[in-house]
Amino acid sequence: MDGGPEKRNGGDSVLTGRTFRFGDNVSTDHIIPGRYTYLRSNLPELAKHVMEDADATFVSRVKPGDFIVGGNNFGLGSSREHAPLVIKMAGVSAILAKSVARIFFRNAINLGLPVLVCNTDGIKDGDELRVDLEAGTVTNLTGGGQLAFSRIPGVMLRILAEGGLLPYIGKHGDFNL
Amino acid sequence: MGKTLAEKILSEKSGTEARAGDIVVAQVDLGFIQDTTGPLTVRQFREAGFRKVSGSLRTAVFLDHAVPSPNRELANDHLFLREFVRDTDCFFSDVGGGISHQLVAESLARPGDLIIGSDSHTVTAGGLGAFACGMGSTDVAVIFHLGKTWLRVPESIGVSVSGQFPEVVSGKDLILHLIGLIGADGATYQSLEFGGESVSRMSVSQRLTVANMAIEAGAKVGLFPADDITQEYLAAQGRAGDYRPLFPDEDAAYVRTVAINAARLEPMVARPHTVDNVVPARELKGTKIQQVYIGTCTNGRLEDIEVAARILKGKKRHPETRLMVLPASRAVLQAAIAAGFIETLLQAGAVILPPGCGACLGLHQGVLGDGENCLTTANRNFKGRMGNSEAFVYLGSPATAAASAITGEITDPREFR
Ligand code: SF4
Repeated sequence: MDGGPEKRNGGDSVLTGRTFRFGDNVSTDHIIPGRYTYLRSNLPELAKHVMEDADATFVSRVKPGDFIVGGNNFGLGSSREHAPLVIKMAGVSAILAKSVARIFFRNAINLGLPVLVCNTDGIKDGDELRVDLEAGTVTNLTGGGQLAFSRIPGVMLRILAEGGLLPYIGKHGDFNL
Repeated sequence: MGKTLAEKILSEKSGTEARAGDIVVAQVDLGFIQDTTGPLTVRQFREAGFRKVSGSLRTAVFLDHAVPSPNRELANDHLFLREFVRDTDCFFSDVGGGISHQLVAESLARPGDLIIGSDSHTVTAGGLGAFACGMGSTDVAVIFHLGKTWLRVPESIGVSVSGQFPEVVSGKDLILHLIGLIGADGATYQSLEFGGESVSRMSVSQRLTVANMAIEAGAKVGLFPADDITQEYLAAQGRAGDYRPLFPDEDAAYVRTVAINAARLEPMVARPHTVDNVVPARELKGTKIQQVYIGTCTNGRLEDIEVAARILKGKKRHPETRLMVLPASRAVLQAAIAAGFIETLLQAGAVILPPGCGACLGLHQGVLGDGENCLTTANRNFKGRMGNSEAFVYLGSPATAAASAITGEITDPREFR
């Protein structure tokens, strides 16, 4: 907890990992299907089904630090915070997508999981990426090239910097925008 | 420059001159949770060390998604929430009361309110002129504690509806048509604001259906003005005092306007697996349907059940098509019984399910088999939505659903006029 306001308590500002590539319109039902609702109070069991309806092999292959890369409208659908939560529990260090559904975006940031909006068209499944959260850049170590992601709104950046909404409120007691 | 409905409400709630793009901290009037996202809210609330629910807002807890509970785990979640309710003075609806969004409309939402629920279809209350939007469990935990939240004031898309709706064409067809037009992310982060001469004749029930699906275009909120029709509805609920008129300013600025002539609309259906995959129902003639589902927070109101009962009166469901009907609340069920609609539906071969979400999210009460097709009046047809990723979900109006139950295939309800 020694970082300045722009440092993330949750971890480093430079992330490296391998990508899992998905297409457009990955919904919260793909990420954590409604049929597993009965496991929502048993998070370790719930997390075994992360991304199941998009790629049933994901959970056995994902490693801490990996990235999920989507296309347009990532995370559309329900308000279930369990969707970003199980992604975070799988060790995913950030989500990159061309656009992200509103509630999912907010939930992920509230949990301290970075969501980066950038043109992901050139990123392939399995590419090794380096993400610099402070510089706002994504470097493709496999395919080459660098891209910039859109600025995360200030309020969300401050929540992310504290590692999520609860630590933020714990520290400030209120919204200090 | 005048204000949109979203700007008006958020100005009031934040005590600032809120304009699209601004970030504001706003007082919340009503915060609520339900049984699938609520347990996490309560855990986050406690983990953060928050002790008491703020007295500055009304709070509510609804058991509606898994009712009656299908298994031990969800029964325990219900226990957990009931215990939380005992420690607070939340408005509480237990098993059988109905779907949160319907009960919010019947009993709690007021024009001009800021309402945040831990469910994406919280937008439904926009049909009454409330800025109502869904957030996640942690956001709602903080709202329970502080009575306020931060919001980015959305840009608004103005949807102007003119013309007379043809017979059997309804608000459901309007919103399916609109989502087909602008796409499942066509209004992301924005507000969809409905107006026009047709809207001023549209019942609150229809407005709630349209607002309910604003989220399926990515919108933060779907807003209707509060007018004489809103006033009549609130008075009929015994809440005349909750009314206040609310309209956007005439010179409000919209990022985009969409004009729809209702007279040209026809019964529409969204095909699997995205809500914007919309075509006229008649183009899907011949698509066999194994299950018809009439209900949910989108179309489980008395008006919807009446439309279905009218079409099914004296007829039978197709022998290879199951027909399920779920009234959205106990009050809807009681009124439907009193009006004779439930008897008509039973005679047509329907199964009547308890007020609640049923199989809408795939937990129980009508989960589909492999390769089966369902036509539902719900709002989502994502892969796996009704509990089986090998099944196919089509979305349509109560009229289209009732007509399809008779023929056993997707049917334009105008054939049954
Ligand atoms: S009826 Fe369906 S869409 Fe509505 S609240 Fe229940 S699960 Fe969600």
